Amino acid sequence: MTDMGFKKMAGWLAALVLVAASCLPASAQQDAAEKEIERYRAMINDPMANPGFLAVDRGEALWARKRGAKNVSLESCDLGEGAGKLEGAYAKLPRYFKDADRVMDLEQRLLWCMQKIQELDTADIVKRRFGGPGVESDMQDLVGFIANKSSGMKYQPQVSHPKEKEMLAVGEALFHRRAGVNDFSCTTCHGDDGRRIRLQALPNFAKPGKDAQETMGSWPTYRVSQSQLRTMQHRLWDCYRQMRHPIPEYGSDGITALTVYMVQMGAGGEITVPSIKR
Amino acid sequence: MKKIILAACIALASGSAFAQSASKVDPALVDRYVQSMWSKVSDEWKARVKQDETQAICSATLNAPSAAEFEKIVAREKAAVVFPADGKVMGDWKAGLKVANTGTGGQFSDKPETYKGGNCYACHQMAPSELSFGTLGPSLTGYGKARKFAPEEAKAAYAKIYNAQAVMACSQMPRFGHNKFLTEQQMKDVTAFLFDPESPVNK
Ligand code: HEC
Ligand code: HEC
Repeated sequence: MTDMGFKKMAGWLAALVLVAASCLPASAQQDAAEKEIERYRAMINDPMANPGFLAVDRGEALWARKRGAKNVSLESCDLGEGAGKLEGAYAKLPRYFKDADRVMDLEQRLLWCMQKIQELDTADIVKRRFGGPGVESDMQDLVGFIANKSSGMKYQPQVSHPKEKEMLAVGEALFHRRAGVNDFSCTTCHGDDGRRIRLQALPNFAKPGKDAQETMGSWPTYRVSQSQLRTMQHRLWDCYRQMRHPIPEYGSDGITALTVYMVQMGAGGEITVPSIKR
Repeated sequence: MKKIILAACIALASGSAFAQSASKVDPALVDRYVQSMWSKVSDEWKARVKQDETQAICSATLNAPSAAEFEKIVAREKAAVVFPADGKVMGDWKAGLKVANTGTGGQFSDKPETYKGGNCYACHQMAPSELSFGTLGPSLTGYGKARKFAPEEAKAAYAKIYNAQAVMACSQMPRFGHNKFLTEQQMKDVTAFLFDPESPVNK
């Protein structure tokens, strides 16, 4: 299906929810709206109809493309499972990398490989970290390609190295850290079961289990409303925006710590990516 | 006192079941991560992620402060509430509807002059006719009517909006007046939205 088709479908869904909303009592309306959204999800979960797979294809080409001062590809980059090994790598990220002596998420690791292996100028890559109209993001494409190689596998959080343990503890603290003009923390919106902001259902990440498993197993995801394959870096950028916090730096350790924490909450969750969402 | 204990229990119940390590981790270490996440932003934005004492305690205790901490926070926040100089807490409910319904303002994607809303509907049910409401807070439908439109109740609601933690320590609700997110006029207007007999909240 084309991009345009998706936008039309999103519009159609919104209209349907409105119609459903105007002719039923409040609780039934919500149920009806949620059911419709479920049906819509099932419909667009068909991989053949998910434009996120176009990003996966672009990512595959980027992985093999010779670039940078060294004019080599990324194919010798070690994502944790050995040089060039992609299968299952995403399911164990973020993790500690001895060569860098740091815990890294996939995006940090890719930037590191670009710098060390390709000697590629990552300033431009980082500038295009989030795709948009007229901006193609190499990072989104690469993450789509690499994460897809763990599709069907389960998350296996890595928390044996002391630095991984530190990340987990800090990530949890950051999750509960209230600040700013609205006194928000992640807990404000993701600290209880079954809560909503307006009509938007909010997953609970303050405890291990289903919500975190399903969520973490579904990123990266193709956002129909944005016509882009989005990564966890973008999701957290957007949540900090809603929290009225400043722009978090791309690939900074705080974002990775939060990701480590959420992957831990989502341990055992099955990865099915790229998924597709509103 | 009974009310305070009850509130503390509520806060406790909504706290995280998993959380163990958060309280153990060195705050200085967390601070280093915070600083690195926002090392490149302006000083004005940096100031936003500095915690005041109340935020720090609520974070460290996962919004479940001890009874003593609870009372200390309520006392401190209560002392900081500023009521309108003219003594009137009720403004125009129609303007209050806009405050309740608007979720823009103050985000890094907003312009500095973008209208700042209270976004009450993100968390509360209010007018029964508005179906798009969140459930992070209790329903406020019929709020003024249920309180017989009593002026002291309206004043208490104004205080709640000004500083939610002057009533309940570590409430998840933003301290709209305290943090200067809403103007005095906006807080009056949204109080009227809750307490004006003509407001759809009370229909
Ligand atoms: C003011 C409310 C708010 C705060 C605070 C907030 N979020 Fe969110 N979050 C949302 C909304 C709304 C969504 C979108 C839900 C959807 O589209 O299904 C969301 C979605 C997410 C998702 C993806 C959920 C999914 O099902 O795909 C993750 C992960 C997430 N948030 C993590 C966080 C983290 C970590 C923090 C703190 C740094 C945070 N959020 C703070 C409102 C918030
Ligand atoms: C992020 C969520 C959130 C937002 C936004 C929010 N509130 Fe609340 N509010 C809560 C929660 C949670 C409670 C219950 C705990 C408490 O009493 O503090 C509450 C309680 C209240 C109460 C007291 C209810 C009672 O028990 O008598 C009033 C009044 C209120 N809110 C009004 C407002 C108004 C007006 C706005 C917008 C200007 C607003 N709230 C915005 C979360 C929120």
